[in-house]
Amino acid sequence: MSLDSASIRRQFPLLQQKIDDHPMMYLDASATSQKPQIVLDAMNDFYTTSNANVHRGMHVLSERATTEYEKARESVRRFLNASSTDEIIFTKSSTESINLVARCYGEHFLKEGDAVLVSILEHHSNIVPWLQLKEKKGIDVRWIEVDQQGQIRMDSFESQLAEKKVKMVAITGLSNVLGTLPPLKEMIASAHKAGALVIVDAAQLAAHAQIDVQDLDCDFLAFSGHKIYGPTGIGVLYGKKDLLGAMPPFLGGGMMIKEVTRGHFVATDLPAKFEAGTPPIAEAVGLRTAIEWQKTFSWKDRQDHEREMLALALSELKKIEGLHILGPKNPDQILGCISFVVDGVHPHDLTDILGSQGICLRAGHHCAQPLHDTLGIPASTRLSISLHTTKDDILILTPAITKAIKILKK
Amino acid sequence: MDLYAENILDHYKHPRMQGELPDVTVQHEEKNISCGDTITVTMKVENGTISNLRWTGTGCAISQAAMSMIAEELEGKKTEAIDALTTDDIRALLHVPIGNRRVKCALLCLHTLKNALHTLRNEQMQSWTDTVGNESNAS
Repeated sequence: MSLDSASIRRQFPLLQQKIDDHPMMYLDASATSQKPQIVLDAMNDFYTTSNANVHRGMHVLSERATTEYEKARESVRRFLNASSTDEIIFTKSSTESINLVARCYGEHFLKEGDAVLVSILEHHSNIVPWLQLKEKKGIDVRWIEVDQQGQIRMDSFESQLAEKKVKMVAITGLSNVLGTLPPLKEMIASAHKAGALVIVDAAQLAAHAQIDVQDLDCDFLAFSGHKIYGPTGIGVLYGKKDLLGAMPPFLGGGMMIKEVTRGHFVATDLPAKFEAGTPPIAEAVGLRTAIEWQKTFSWKDRQDHEREMLALALSELKKIEGLHILGPKNPDQILGCISFVVDGVHPHDLTDILGSQGICLRAGHHCAQPLHDTLGIPASTRLSISLHTTKDDILILTPAITKAIKILKK
Repeated sequence: MDLYAENILDHYKHPRMQGELPDVTVQHEEKNISCGDTITVTMKVENGTISNLRWTGTGCAISQAAMSMIAEELEGKKTEAIDALTTDDIRALLHVPIGNRRVKCALLCLHTLKNALHTLRNEQMQSWTDTVGNESNAS
């Protein structure tokens, strides 16, 4: 059965509003997804009926909140096919998840002269924590190059691994600019053979493809709730149990301790060891609901729908004179988004004009400056696809962009 | 009112006072890295008077039009005219509503001019927060 995106669209209250009589065309899910009513209701219900702090009291609400919070962890475990809920750490974002690994693994297990290998496709959140580690510990940050289409140059990757200095590979599962998909499984196997661990930034991938951490055999994986139809303020770090177990805690505070005396503390067991302070409880409820909601659609249907939308977008955009698509022009080679530049038109002007007609596209460097530098452009415009994207969303683009270009072109 | 009003598009498409001066008294460049907007201002200052001012830049229509407009105002004025410039002056020149998301585009010219003056006087550069004041500093 194919995906009924028009019916899915009706489940998103935000998309029902109009901008100056124009329907809301939200094509910026790669930045953050909109939320279906069921997610908003679940969070509202939690605050209305079950709100309490978790793992902290004996009263009825505390038990209810704790149960809900831990049900969310189990839902995430199944979403990633992790073997244990001890491997699922709730953070505030993908960014925090990656920082946790850079700090708690990087600072303690990497030493001067070791290298972290980062791909040029990475979002700043999978670059800067490693550059911070470079400043602090003198580790080397090296780059995996991509070809003109944004595909990983495996020769560049393998030759860097062959030097045996690389101890960590930080790689995105899906480029947030080009929509290209690095061959994760192959890269992880190569990295392991060379004695390096792999952290996967799945912030984009989690919204577009099924993830099986056991099949991938990645060591760490990060994603955020807000990009998969859940709320902001909650992220996930998956880590192999033995690695997480060996790492020192991240932040110190409540919930992460076994005991505290005047002189010292003992950190508690996984996963609470990495969850200091009151966690994002209502957000966990929202995330679980978002995951369970998505399960009602098969991955095959989702990807068929997405590729149909991407193919339509590619063929529409190609009609516009002076518009250049970045990355592959084959919809089978991408997921999630398409970025482009227009000769003589700045992305901010273009998206500002489109925005006033209810069409929401992202403009800028999308937190991927090294990639934009490599492509030789300061900024681009991105459209991203989600479950609620319909043909109408895409078909409105060509005339709207053409009109905007006419206004702006010198 | 439309952000892309005729006067803004006219200054964007036909920028005034654009170019480079030979032997200038001061040259200063500022960038909005997040959008790729760049403005470089060159000025010849004689006895406290801006005898010549030219600028170059790349970027969005708002950033370039604002610079074009303010450049026309400043040539022949005392450097104190730059001290006196406020965010409201730039807004008045543009004469269209500038929302939070475009504040840094609109005020890149002001930021560049203020820091050009600081460079001229060997003073410490001012930050975006100094330039924007209590307005949004988000980028």
